[in-house]
Amino acid sequence: MINEIKNQTVGALLESYPFAAVYFDGHHVDTKGRESSTVVDVFSDFVTAAGEDAVTTADELLEGLSEHVQQMLLFLADDLDTVQSLGLLPGTHKDGTPENFTNITINSGETICIVGPTGSGKSRLLADIEWIAQGDTPTGRTILLNDQIPDRKWRFSPTHKLVAQLSQNMNFVMDLTVQEFLEMHAESRLADNVRDVVVRIIDQANALAGESFAPTTPITSLSGGQSRALMIADTAILSRSPIVLIDEIENAGIDRQKALQLLLSEEKIVLMATHDPVLALMGGRRLIIANGGIEAVIETTENERVILKELAVMDRRMTDLRNRLRRGERLE
Amino acid sequence: MKLVTVCGPPSSGKTAVILKALEAFADRGLKAGVVKFDCLSTEDDVLYEKAGIPVKKGLSGPLCPDHYFVSNVEEIVQWGRSQGFDLLVSESAGLCNRCSPHIKEVLAVCVVDNLSGVTTPKKIGPMLKMADIVVITKGDIVSQAEREVFASRVAAVNPKAAVLHVNGLTGQGAFELSSLFDDEEREVESLIGYQLRFTMPSALCSYCLGETRIGESYQMGNVRKMKID
Ligand SMILES: Nc1nc2c(ncn2[C@@H]2O[C@H](COP(=O)(O)OP(=O)(O)OP(=O)(O)O)[C@@H](O)[C@H]2O)c(=O)[nH]1
Ligand SMILES: [Mg+2]
Repeated sequence: MINEIKNQTVGALLESYPFAAVYFDGHHVDTKGRESSTVVDVFSDFVTAAGEDAVTTADELLEGLSEHVQQMLLFLADDLDTVQSLGLLPGTHKDGTPENFTNITINSGETICIVGPTGSGKSRLLADIEWIAQGDTPTGRTILLNDQIPDRKWRFSPTHKLVAQLSQNMNFVMDLTVQEFLEMHAESRLADNVRDVVVRIIDQANALAGESFAPTTPITSLSGGQSRALMIADTAILSRSPIVLIDEIENAGIDRQKALQLLLSEEKIVLMATHDPVLALMGGRRLIIANGGIEAVIETTENERVILKELAVMDRRMTDLRNRLRRGERLE
Repeated sequence: MKLVTVCGPPSSGKTAVILKALEAFADRGLKAGVVKFDCLSTEDDVLYEKAGIPVKKGLSGPLCPDHYFVSNVEEIVQWGRSQGFDLLVSESAGLCNRCSPHIKEVLAVCVVDNLSGVTTPKKIGPMLKMADIVVITKGDIVSQAEREVFASRVAAVNPKAAVLHVNGLTGQGAFELSSLFDDEEREVESLIGYQLRFTMPSALCSYCLGETRIGESYQMGNVRKMKID
């Protein structure tokens, strides 16, 4: 790879690998006006010009660039989209007794709920999944993808993250508008059609939130519900992680059923840690966590589904009333 | 004894991450110690002591903290060996982003946090660029999108590093980090003859020697002037 890129012109390199621009920028190498020089020349000139301030040698820069290009190509090679199922093989509870299941498989487009008190082992379960445990974590569990032992690259690669997380405490911290923010995310994900993707995310987020916002709204001034809606729509549409963990999504200002449907329609595997009956009953199964392990796997029963229907009606009514209050209407 | 250098901007979560990783390390029956290098003051030693981890602290005071680090690291290694540690962790605050305490052939970790902003990875320099493992903290308070953008910026600056997300509060990801310490095969008996991955600042001007007055006539030695059109 090094030899392949070394004597290319910067222009040609950026033409075939547009994402390499981030690497040049990250290393403060200005390529403007140098499009017809070779990569190796640009690096050598950069190092010479930096003199005693040079942080790296031209060789190291080349090596890094080649690594960056290879990683990005791997990332583009799409094996994230090929994750069709997540499998769990049992380990042990904190006291060493075996977990009470033989194996659990969750398919893409499916939701499973995780319930249990704080400190019962929910975080460890999630960590096992993220780390693709192979009997080498405190629980001794094994994680499979597509019924097989997955590649170790999932463990360390910043671009091959298996699990995306959404939780209560998360906030936007960047000083950007919704539009700028989504463009930045789309670019970092090397999305093809940035403009369309951004429009789609904003539309979906507005469909989830009670109050709509404009592309020009700064992300830090979105309301709690709007932020949550934007995070969910963005994760569903732009995040490449095939598994989404939802940790207690608060109910104010967002249509949770639609939110879940959006994630599922994007073929995600959804894990939900929640004690909210509306969300918990939406999953087909629940994992009961206690003493550091999985104590039971229970299926949502027919009667529970009836309860869910009642709850959903109440939930809609609450949402509707809330929206009418917001619009200044009377509730009678 | 294994050695690992951990550095990163102030308050990025180094101590929190080390504490959690060493907890997991101790669960495996292994013994670890820590040395904290800082400039003017640190309370980190109290935190380590509370957790039952033997700790030494070194404050560089009027000296350049990175020069102070290299001048003392061998003695610290000998201290660690005399205590029978399986692992010695050196924590140093990256004070000016110019330097890094990373040593060739010694496992190097850089801790950066999601809150520091997406341009931070490119500002940090050798501390991040030359690390073997980059730990990203405080993912619990920013959005998934910001985490992804931040991680991709880290990867662009240091494509070779393993990137781990660790939550310094809950310890999520810390067991995994500690297993990378475990995987480290290189043992260090003495650092004599080892080399830094990146040169320290070349200095020695009158201000290094205690000068406080401003003005050209007080500036001697290695002085450099800004270019102002
Ligand atoms: N929310 C959150 N807070 C964290 C996380 N990691 C660390 N913190 C907090 O961030 C603050 C700074 O953490 P430290 O571990 O002291 O940071 P440090 O890098 O060791 O700081 P210095 O040694 O002083 O440079 C503390 O209040 C930690 O509790 C994290 O993952 N999430
Ligand atoms: Mg500290």
